[in-house]
Amino acid sequence: MELLMAIVIGILFTCAVYLMLSKSLLRIIIGTAVLSHGAHLLILTVSSLKKGAPPLLGQHAESYVDPLPQALILTAIVISFGVTAFFLVLAYRAYQELGTDNMDQLRGNEGND
Amino acid sequence: MTLLHWAILSPFLFAILIPFLYKAFRKIHTGWFVLILPVVLFVYFFRFISLTKNGDTVTETVNWMPSFGIQFTAYVDGLGLLFAMLITGIGALVVLYSIYYLDKAKEQLHNFYVYLLMFMGAMLGVVLSDNLITLYMFWEFTSISSFLLIGYWYQKERSRYGALKSMLITVFGGLSMLGGIILLYLMGGTFSIRELVGMSDQLVTDPLFMGALILILLGAFTKSAQFPFHIWLPDAMEAPTPVSAYLHSATMVKAGIYLVARMSPIFATSGVWIWLVGGIGLFTVFWGSFNAVRQKDLKGILAFSTISQLGMIMSLLGIGGAALHYNQLDENIYMAATLAAVFHLINHATFKGSLFMVAGIVDHETGTRDIRKLGGLMSFMPITFTIAIIGAFSMAGLPPFNGFLSKEMFFTGMINVLSLDIFNFETFGALFPVLAWVGSIFTFVYSMILVFKTFTGKYQPEKLEKKPHEAPIGMLISPIILASLVVIFGFFPNILSDRILAPAVEAIVPSLIADGQTVKTEISFWHGFSPELFMTIGVIAFGVILYLTLSKWEKIYRVLPQRLSLNSLYDGGLRGSERGAYSFMNGHMTGFIRTYLVYIFTFFVGISLFSLWYNDAFSLEMDKMAPIGIYEVAVALLLVVSTVMILFAKSRLTSIILLGATGYTVSLFFVVFRAPDLALTQLVIETVSVALFLLCFYHLPKLSRHEERMRFKLGNALIALGVGVTVTLFAISAYSTKLFDSISEYYIKNVYEEAAGKNMVNVILVDFRGFDTLFEICVLAIASLGIFAMIKLRLTRRDEG
Repeated sequence: MELLMAIVIGILFTCAVYLMLSKSLLRIIIGTAVLSHGAHLLILTVSSLKKGAPPLLGQHAESYVDPLPQALILTAIVISFGVTAFFLVLAYRAYQELGTDNMDQLRGNEGND
Repeated sequence: MTLLHWAILSPFLFAILIPFLYKAFRKIHTGWFVLILPVVLFVYFFRFISLTKNGDTVTETVNWMPSFGIQFTAYVDGLGLLFAMLITGIGALVVLYSIYYLDKAKEQLHNFYVYLLMFMGAMLGVVLSDNLITLYMFWEFTSISSFLLIGYWYQKERSRYGALKSMLITVFGGLSMLGGIILLYLMGGTFSIRELVGMSDQLVTDPLFMGALILILLGAFTKSAQFPFHIWLPDAMEAPTPVSAYLHSATMVKAGIYLVARMSPIFATSGVWIWLVGGIGLFTVFWGSFNAVRQKDLKGILAFSTISQLGMIMSLLGIGGAALHYNQLDENIYMAATLAAVFHLINHATFKGSLFMVAGIVDHETGTRDIRKLGGLMSFMPITFTIAIIGAFSMAGLPPFNGFLSKEMFFTGMINVLSLDIFNFETFGALFPVLAWVGSIFTFVYSMILVFKTFTGKYQPEKLEKKPHEAPIGMLISPIILASLVVIFGFFPNILSDRILAPAVEAIVPSLIADGQTVKTEISFWHGFSPELFMTIGVIAFGVILYLTLSKWEKIYRVLPQRLSLNSLYDGGLRGSERGAYSFMNGHMTGFIRTYLVYIFTFFVGISLFSLWYNDAFSLEMDKMAPIGIYEVAVALLLVVSTVMILFAKSRLTSIILLGATGYTVSLFFVVFRAPDLALTQLVIETVSVALFLLCFYHLPKLSRHEERMRFKLGNALIALGVGVTVTLFAISAYSTKLFDSISEYYIKNVYEEAAGKNMVNVILVDFRGFDTLFEICVLAIASLGIFAMIKLRLTRRDEG
């Protein structure tokens, strides 16, 4: 199962990087979102996907799945959401002010440095 | 802090007062106040002669940074004292001269004297420091103050150019020297020169020895303007003439000489040292004198002559190092070279100082220093002419002046090279006397040019800016004193020998001096019909012939094109490195975010795969893995398909919806993998995110709204694939090589007993690891505040259209 997940994560990363290398600002943000999905699944995968009960004590099971990576991912999801939201509004403002979403046109002028 | 320390630091302290004195007493030339200090210091150091004469030394230590072994140790021996007296003595004369040279109404005197005093203190610190780090500190102070003094007339472009050039070259050497000092510390474990000298036997076998030798020599050669680092000195002639006389003939350029002399006991046991110091010094003698003949500017001639004479002292010190290989003091003929070096050091300071002052007077009274415009000034300036003739004849090595004596000793030293039987001197050693002799002929020629082209020949009043007349007496005092010293040392050289020369020589070759023994330093005027005498006669004969036929052979200077000179090499190198740095920056800093991402990802892939391969870290273990169910495969397929479709989506709307599908599939995964809280959060957040994406999509500018599919780019695809493969390999490898069990057993056991909760994830979030959550809340708060600010805050509104 972990092997399959590793391959899936690899495909997610490939798509994310390819999107981030494109010119459109929106696609870059989509790329970062895909990248964070990949990262979250990666955390879950490397901490082993053993079968067990959900981490709720009321289940009275023999074994539970590891609760720690789940807590870490929950934190990561919220933070990446915060960053993505900020990034999106930034992009929205950039459209409003500059009138383009092409990264090549957002390069700034020579001599501005 | 003893009196000696205060004496070294006094110029720095006095420099603080200068601006106040300048403001308070506008009527009085500030130089008069400054003059007091070097005179007092000279008298103070004069009193040490009686001490060092008997071979005694003075050491005073003040702790500076004791934990690093860095002390401010003042150490006075014969060599240090000789330099200290040169610095203060010539310093006093130069200050006196500058009082008449610089106009108190037109010049910014407070700057000048602050820089000059800073330099004087730094120079005293260099020659009287025993601790190498302290020495280095003062060494760089001389570089800085020299930079400030060369650029004194900062309105002139040439001054700024010369200052920058000297700064770059001497600081390059200074930093090399610091490297050498650190190597010496690594070898010997101390910064003290005397302790290092004590362990010179064991240092020579150290593998770092050669590195230290080369680096220290780089420092000495750049400071003392040895070939090929001599190029800064002619450009430093843009400084006011008192500065040229003081720094660039008598003191600062001798800091390198001092360093070589001081380090000789440590390094001269090596043949490389003798060859480098002797050989480069001698080539500098030749090169400097050869180039001095072509100069048209009085100070230009003097600059190249200084280079040449410094080379002479340097080569003598190199040959003097050979003395260490012959044990007996009696009949040790190589000691004569060291003696000659020290003697010429004094002589050069006297006659070169006076000649610079003469050049300054000529410049001051006629308005030009170009020898093509000058001529026939003898009758207008008889005193200046007399001083010039004494200085120039001494420089050329004519009797009865002191230059004659040291030149004879120079020849003796070089002839002695012929009898050296170590370090391959049998083969190429014969070059030494020949080069020395040729160099001396050119020295004779330019000395004659200096005097006779300026003071005899046709008087050309139409080319001069001012009507020439004799300089004021105040301006003449200093050169007169120096010229009289030239004559006095010429006739009575032995007044120096016991008091000053012997202690200095003993300081350079301490290991050869047994207790109670002294160096024989009798300098005799007449030593029979020796080869040296015939060499001198040859110099005079050939020199006269060459001078008289100057116009015929001057053409050889045009053979070597200007483009090949060392100056254009320096300029070209500087320009080239500037251009190189600029095009390097322009080449890889394109301003496209894509380029930078490519760098980052390529580096990530490269370094990760390399370390996986290098450490042989990849491993695959199948038996620990969980079984694959059909449901998981279906969800995985869904995830892959929805993600890959984003790449092929033509419209942005489709790609946003596909992203949403990806997010929901991920939350399905969370369900499969028994993570209810994650699934909940993921669902909610994905929904909000998609809404935000749609918001952005809606506000796209009309102009660029034509939608197109992403064009396939092979480079991007390869990089993306590389990143994906790397991450996959890492995931598999990390899973297969688990070193420890998870710590989660603790959480599972204690979640109810300790924290009174049954949902483990939530208890970890708010109880076991509550700090994470606190700052995650902060992140959300900051993000929302940032979004609010971005939308509300409109400081600059662009004009629409």
